[in-house]
Amino acid sequence: MDHATASAEALAGLSRGAPSRGRLLRRRAWDSRYLFVLFLPGMLYFLVFRYVPIYGLAIAFKDYNFFDGIMGSPWVGLAVFKEVFASKGFWEVFRNTLGISILQFAFGFPAPIVFALLLNEVVKIRAKKVFQTISYLPHFVSWVILAGLFTQFLSPSTGPINVLIKALGGKPVYFMADTKWFVPVLVATEVWKSIGWGSIIYLAAISSIDTEMYEAAEIDGAGRWARMRYLTLPSLAPTITVMLILAIGKLVNDNFDQIFNMYNPSVYKVADVISTYVYRKGLEDMEYAYATAVGLFKNLIAFAMVLGANKLAKRINGNGIW
Amino acid sequence: MPSAAIRRSGGDRAFDAFNYLVMILLSLTTLYPFFFLISSSLSALDVTLGSFSLLPRQFTLENYAKVLRNPAIGAGYVNTILRTVIGTSLSLLATFCLAWPLSKRSFPLRNLWTGLIVFTMFFSGGMIPTYLLVRQLGLIDTIWALVLPELVTAYNFVIVRNYMQTIPGSMEESAKMDGANDITILFRVILPVCKPIIATISLWVAVWHWNAWFDSMIYMTKASGQVVQLVMRRIVLEGSDQMTQMMAEMQRQGLVIAPEGLKAATIMVTTLPILCIYPFVQKYFVKGVMMGSLKG
Repeated sequence: MDHATASAEALAGLSRGAPSRGRLLRRRAWDSRYLFVLFLPGMLYFLVFRYVPIYGLAIAFKDYNFFDGIMGSPWVGLAVFKEVFASKGFWEVFRNTLGISILQFAFGFPAPIVFALLLNEVVKIRAKKVFQTISYLPHFVSWVILAGLFTQFLSPSTGPINVLIKALGGKPVYFMADTKWFVPVLVATEVWKSIGWGSIIYLAAISSIDTEMYEAAEIDGAGRWARMRYLTLPSLAPTITVMLILAIGKLVNDNFDQIFNMYNPSVYKVADVISTYVYRKGLEDMEYAYATAVGLFKNLIAFAMVLGANKLAKRINGNGIW
Repeated sequence: MPSAAIRRSGGDRAFDAFNYLVMILLSLTTLYPFFFLISSSLSALDVTLGSFSLLPRQFTLENYAKVLRNPAIGAGYVNTILRTVIGTSLSLLATFCLAWPLSKRSFPLRNLWTGLIVFTMFFSGGMIPTYLLVRQLGLIDTIWALVLPELVTAYNFVIVRNYMQTIPGSMEESAKMDGANDITILFRVILPVCKPIIATISLWVAVWHWNAWFDSMIYMTKASGQVVQLVMRRIVLEGSDQMTQMMAEMQRQGLVIAPEGLKAATIMVTTLPILCIYPFVQKYFVKGVMMGSLKG
């Protein structure tokens, strides 16, 4: 039947013929003229500020100099990329990026799930709201401020943690400048910042679980722990799957704001990541082509990973993330 | 729930106690660094800090007085407020004007335009090409360098468009009968029913602008043009001994090595507005996260 209607429509389209179709389109465009006025500034913005930089990626394949501009500079093919891949610095930041991302994922991914599960078990609504609101606080404070805060907080001389270590007879630890400690600090502060905010999506999923299931479980004699473990957690599985895939798709991304504000030359060896490297190479050393090539390489991997992640989500869930 | 409370078993009570303990510890972990900061900012300048107590040593407001007298902080504040107000209003205007035509099925080439916009969520030119563009356009050292590059994000666009698609067409049709054109309809009919999403997006963009600092660092070459976060960054991060090697060329413009209490007060002054408003606005943010989790 569907087939029949479709071909009937196709026939009708054919019989109308091409010129009238064109007229129809023109008519639709004329009817939308006021909408065009609304649409134009926003679309122009996207073309200029989002697509011109994508076109600007061409300088990764050029011997760029400012006076000739993007168009005028001579093409050099993959020479810049060869230089990137041959440099030791690039592979070091690439390794650091993956290392830090994987660690932040390993700790940062499960933390909001556990937090949501526990928060859901707080019976008093008032208390729950208070815990929840407090947990959102760090999300609203930017890394530039948090970096200032943690520099003070972890200071070897006056920070409370080191005061405690010294009081217990230990040696003060220079958290922000010690290559052994800097990455754990990055991971811990990232978890600290995002645990509450990350739990929103899981709390929403929990709130959509049918309350009758809880009542049934209670009648069957399931305690709080049992209900959490055997009812709430399994109900979250689809959400967790989607979030997991999204998180894996983002593994090659690094947190520029966090690292740039917290790192310093003494920990570059472990903390310098792709985006900070791009910044220093590009905007401080003005090696525009080199820095653009590094950024493009990362963007391509990130893009491929997100596409792959969505495909995986489609296979598992039956529908993709978008 | 009350019946459950009465029949709670011993195991449940132990679970509850444990749960509250974890929640309270977690809340303290979240708040403690901020309390520590407030306490240091209220401690006298000549006192060597170095305790984990939350009470300020020799209570004083001297640090705040000094910070607020610093002209760089005042100028930074003006710049931050300016970019937040201009940036947020223009952002809202552009996002809603763009989302309305593209929420209509009849708009020519709608799928092409939407596809072009959504693509930018997953792929971008990145730091260097964007910087070169801003420079080429002559926006360096103007407020437009802070306003234009992030004027509309694909994410906000998708959320607004999805919301607009749920508005029943009947509202628009009756306005059309009265002879209103699409622009009048957007401002008179559609935007008034978009109030919840306007609240969410404007708060979202405003907090983003308030917290932004990187664009100011790379696009504003004069000290007088910088936002307060960057002024704070200079005083606190680049002034501290471990960061002195960083950003050498910026430090040449005037390095301030401030004592701990003064640094703490500087951080507090920068972030106080956010700390004060966030409990009241967080619910709008939460709503935004939920809307974003729906498919675009």
